[in-house]
Amino acid sequence: MSTSERDHERGDQRERTSHGSFGEYGGQYVPEAVMPALQELEDAYERYVLENEDGFMDEFRERLRDFGGRPTPLQRADRLSERYGREIYLKREDLVHGGAHKLNNALGQVLLAKYMGKERIVAETGAGQHGTATAMAAAHLDVPCEIYMGRTDVNRQRPNVYRMRMNGAQVNPVDAGSGTLKEAINETMRDWSTTVETSHYVIGSVVGPHPFPAMVRDFQAVISDEAREQLLESAGRLPDTVIACAGGGSNTMGAFDAFIPDADVDLVAVEAGGSSLEIDEGDGIAPNSATLSTGSDGVLHGAMTKLLQSDDGQIMESHSVSAGLDYAGVGPELSHLVETGRVRPVNVDDETALEAFHRLSTLEGIIPALESSHALGYLERAAGPAAKTSNEQHAQEAAEEGLGDLVVVNVSGRGDKDLETVLEETEARDLAAAPDVEVFDS
Amino acid sequence: MSDDRDDSSDRPAVDSEIEAAIYENHPALIAYITAGDPSLEDTKAYVEALDRGGADLIELGLPFSEPIAEGPTIQGAINRALAAGTTPAGFFDLVDGLETDAPLLVMTYYNMLLQFGAEADVRPFVERAADAGISGVIVPDLPAEEAEPLCAACDEFGLDVVFIVAPTTEGDRLETIMSRASGFVYVQARLGTTGARADVSSATHDSLERLEGHSDVPKAVGFGVSKGDHAAEIVEAGADGVIVGSALVDIVAAHGSDGDAPAAADLEEKARELKAGAERAAADADATDGEQERTPEPEHP
Ligand SMILES: Cc1ncc(COP(=O)(O)O)c(C=O)c1O
Repeated sequence: MSTSERDHERGDQRERTSHGSFGEYGGQYVPEAVMPALQELEDAYERYVLENEDGFMDEFRERLRDFGGRPTPLQRADRLSERYGREIYLKREDLVHGGAHKLNNALGQVLLAKYMGKERIVAETGAGQHGTATAMAAAHLDVPCEIYMGRTDVNRQRPNVYRMRMNGAQVNPVDAGSGTLKEAINETMRDWSTTVETSHYVIGSVVGPHPFPAMVRDFQAVISDEAREQLLESAGRLPDTVIACAGGGSNTMGAFDAFIPDADVDLVAVEAGGSSLEIDEGDGIAPNSATLSTGSDGVLHGAMTKLLQSDDGQIMESHSVSAGLDYAGVGPELSHLVETGRVRPVNVDDETALEAFHRLSTLEGIIPALESSHALGYLERAAGPAAKTSNEQHAQEAAEEGLGDLVVVNVSGRGDKDLETVLEETEARDLAAAPDVEVFDS
Repeated sequence: MSDDRDDSSDRPAVDSEIEAAIYENHPALIAYITAGDPSLEDTKAYVEALDRGGADLIELGLPFSEPIAEGPTIQGAINRALAAGTTPAGFFDLVDGLETDAPLLVMTYYNMLLQFGAEADVRPFVERAADAGISGVIVPDLPAEEAEPLCAACDEFGLDVVFIVAPTTEGDRLETIMSRASGFVYVQARLGTTGARADVSSATHDSLERLEGHSDVPKAVGFGVSKGDHAAEIVEAGADGVIVGSALVDIVAAHGSDGDAPAAADLEEKARELKAGAERAAADADATDGEQERTPEPEHP
């Protein structure tokens, strides 16, 4: 698509985000102290991102290319195509500098903070992927940076903690609650409400108060802008289905954005089904992070959206084998797109994701992030050999869903950060697709 | 009170018990504790102790799992209350059984209001709060821009919505907030989260000055107040009320759950110290400057 067409659609999107709301979702539910900062950010977003004032977007695109390594390939996956009996293309966000799509947003926001004259960056991180990307962008652009990360995530994502520190960021472990993303966000909000006059909070997904969901989507839209163009060039047509995993939903929105006006393209958001979809109300624990499939409307971290919550309104502890999907909320625009039927929410469990992790690694020589493995796990469930032969519920569902002949899967990141978790989890189970992991014991 | 109110806002005037309590007991002490910390039984005893000790308004925190505006002290209290099984239903049962001179406010996060009742709607919560005799609500994650539904429900049931003004609040936003304010305006003394501090922020004076001439709704200052001397400083700076939370929660926390009697006695004494500090400053101001324009005088004999 030409740039002018693209800009035209951007105009439509602004319509969609008027007053910071996507249908009944979105808004700005934050302490009063940060409201003026949100107004300042909204103003900067409109001028620099939407209007390209001072050539901001030009500089952003140039840095995405030279520092970030964009465009990423849209690769035809031969053995997956064979396995699933249709054309499977992988959008290789694992090849972005840092190893995940997260850099697209982090670079955009740190650059914007510089244009706004902010002196300091704070950010939260779950998998550590966003923290790593933010630390890299902050080092690249020479801005001091402090990152909050839940204690549980610090323990399961060590390599990323080291990487953040190598890039000069301060990493603050958060001990509250279950020590995952939700607690890290709370703590970063607190820091920000104290330092709001000089700091910018780089939110890591399409969540939080307006303008974050719209702005992060715009920075991530480069994924689908490229994929759409690349596919038109190589296959000469649009895909039947685009599949992406959804934690907060930033790679999801990034992979979907350019296809939203293409009504024939099926958009599938794959959430973490964890170990079960059942919820233990008494303990306030959801053994999954399937917000779009099972959540209800409420307000968390600055926005009205779908949430995992008790009947009383307490936010549940969520679970996923993948740290980056382990969040009780989801972006408000994604909630809206699910509500209107444009995006189809599905979920796969920990085991299916782990199997998909091994499958892509052995079949294609690509080690995907555990987050991305959820998207690949759904592909197996909907179109794999079992789906063809068995008539269990999933297979039936898949037949009804019909992925079509041309499918794009967003590989949001690479799995190096997950190796320890994968070894541990694989050893504890009997996985069909897994190699022998006992050789790693010594 | 409501009759004296500047009615330039388009909200219908409500008969405000909260404003009455502040004017009649000027300068007022506003005390916060978290309901259910360490149990709802204890909270009942603590609220009554604060009432005896001279608190003119009592804010009861209804615990929410993600209290983004609170510091470690109140977050700890909320965690203890949730661990003890505190629910909105239990909270309202507690309030039903309270008899205090001081009017009560509920302080909680927006999602708690939304989820009370079947639909995502604040009205059932406000109705139940009114039923229990609560006079106002404070919702720290609800800025004026998003407050229309809550204001409408509170108007319907005669509750005040207390808005927070931060050191960063200026210009049009300040105007909007002040035009919607009822009960009192919560002047946040410093940026950041709640928590007791060793001193009173120098931003307090500037904040109060900025509010002058906007509305004659009483102004109360909080965030970091822990001693009688702080209360005195704040009243000297021109506040109509002093809000104290973390310093009281610290007392509750120090006693743990080994019986409420000593904690209640300490809370009562702390309230006395804070109220005395506020009154001392007010008396000094009256003695040194009779003409200085002040907030409306108490109408009580
Ligand atoms: C590789 C990768 N994919 C996906 C996600 C999930 O986030 P989102 O849904 O916002 O893209 C993360 C989060 O850390 C991630 O690291």
